[in-house]
Amino acid sequence: MAEFFQQLVNGITWGSVYALIALGYTMVYGILKLINFAHGDVYMLGAFFAYYSARWLGVAEHPTPLHALGVLLLAMAGCAVVGIVIERAAYKPVRRSSRLAALITAIGVSLLLENAGILIFGPDPKFFPQIIPSTNIALGGGVTISNQQVIILVVSVVLMIGLRFIVLKTRVGKAMQAVSHNHTAAALMGISVDRIITFTFMIGSMLAAAAGVLVALQNPKIEPLMGIMPGLKAFVAAVLGGIGNIPGAVIGGLIMGIAEVMVVGYLSPTYRDAIAFVLLIVILLVRPAGILGRNVAEKV
Amino acid sequence: MLEVEDLDVYYGAVHALKGVSVRAEAGEIVTLIGANGAGKTTLLRSISGLIPARSGRVTFEGRDITRMPPHEIVGLGVSQSPEGRMVFANLSVADNLELGAYRRRDRAAIREDRDEVYRLFPRLLERRGQSAGTLSGGEQQMLAIGRALMSRPRLLLLDEPSLGLAPLLVREIFRTLREINARGMTVLLVEQNAHMALSIAGRGYVLETGRVRIEARCAELLKNEEVRQAYLGG
Ligand SMILES: Nc1ncnc2c1ncn2[C@@H]1O[C@H](COP(=O)(O)OP(=O)(O)OP(=O)(O)O)[C@@H](O)[C@H]1O
Ligand SMILES: [Mg+2]
Repeated sequence: MAEFFQQLVNGITWGSVYALIALGYTMVYGILKLINFAHGDVYMLGAFFAYYSARWLGVAEHPTPLHALGVLLLAMAGCAVVGIVIERAAYKPVRRSSRLAALITAIGVSLLLENAGILIFGPDPKFFPQIIPSTNIALGGGVTISNQQVIILVVSVVLMIGLRFIVLKTRVGKAMQAVSHNHTAAALMGISVDRIITFTFMIGSMLAAAAGVLVALQNPKIEPLMGIMPGLKAFVAAVLGGIGNIPGAVIGGLIMGIAEVMVVGYLSPTYRDAIAFVLLIVILLVRPAGILGRNVAEKV
Repeated sequence: MLEVEDLDVYYGAVHALKGVSVRAEAGEIVTLIGANGAGKTTLLRSISGLIPARSGRVTFEGRDITRMPPHEIVGLGVSQSPEGRMVFANLSVADNLELGAYRRRDRAAIREDRDEVYRLFPRLLERRGQSAGTLSGGEQQMLAIGRALMSRPRLLLLDEPSLGLAPLLVREIFRTLREINARGMTVLLVEQNAHMALSIAGRGYVLETGRVRIEARCAELLKNEEVRQAYLGG
């Protein structure tokens, strides 16, 4: 039983990272009906921005929580800029074109970021400095949690609550909901649809950046292609929860994380990546709209 | 106050408006009638900046708004209740109204206007916490109009506010329109229900396949043989 609970703790931690990435997919999809395939690469950039910020701040030599927070914020700020630039430079010009054109653009942006990463950062893995020394905390019953896992959970939860607050309570959040429902109606309210779309990319990219930093805390080997698999899995998580649905992305992410850790623990590490696709096939067969997704009938 | 001059609008190859000129003076109710596909919705959409005009000009209170983005046109005081209502289905009635006031910062006045909308449409007050998608068609229409009023427009564009409503409700909505207009708001009204529209408007335009066919005072349009045949059922 201790083994199971240990896996559960690990799974939830891992899942909260998927959830953070899945949120970006789902928000952009909600607002543009676009799958931003470059999103996993923004996550990769988050890890690299953190790596360079940590070196620049000299955090590896003097690890303090404040410095670690600074690294996190710098990575998020860097990816915010990346998100804005991607939207303005790549997606906005094709917004009125076909869905296929947008999809091809997304794949193009993804390839561009990956290859630019290889060119600039080099193809070999870099080792993320230990910005927070690792310790283990016993939870009782033989289950332990590392302080890094605690940080992952705490940061994820704080970001998710922050996102929830923005979307549900603030003016810009209400505008996001309006735009995701209907661009024309939103424009007629006096909302600048372009600005809201850019804002959505910015927020999604910041969450991906945070995910990148949090993962690098635990798995310090970072490289330019590290975003592909987590990106794909987080996308599946978003579909699992119901793409376009914000709480759905969190639930999908957690299921994905737990499933993956359980499969590795109880079956075989070989199936680690396969489980994502099994889940995708199952959800598409059983409930294509996703767990929380539903088709709202509109009165015309 | 509103001046549309020689407007040409295309949807790809479809020439939807062909040199349309329409104007509205401050304080007027002006109506646009015309058969399906005549271009009424297209005209309102291009006034609001939702579709670009190929040529021609739209001025509002002396300012050229032809190429202005829609959200800025709202900011100038032009508001629209669109065809098909387009209420935000998963947001509450209250949130829909709040979004109508998106560009305003005067919280106290926004609250007053919201209460005013609830006074005009008491049904909305009863349903203020309910999500807009669960309202009946008529209630959604009230919400669309109320939401358009929340920006405190000086010009209100209405696209078929009576569509699909029971006659009693239609009369209620038209009474409300007259009340709003009496307080100084200019109204440009697109209607299938020509009888009703011509009875509350001062002037009217008959649109036919993208062109203004007739422009006259409503009293004259009501007597016009052609209009009677085509839009008033003989
Ligand atoms: N998105 C579009 N793409 C192509 N053609 C369009 C589009 N929207 C409208 N049209 C065409 O433009 C013309 C004018 O349409 P519009 O919607 O303005 O008519 P309307 O007068 O509002 O009609 P109705 O009374 O049925 O609402 C029609 O011939 C229509 O087929
Ligand atoms: Mg129409």
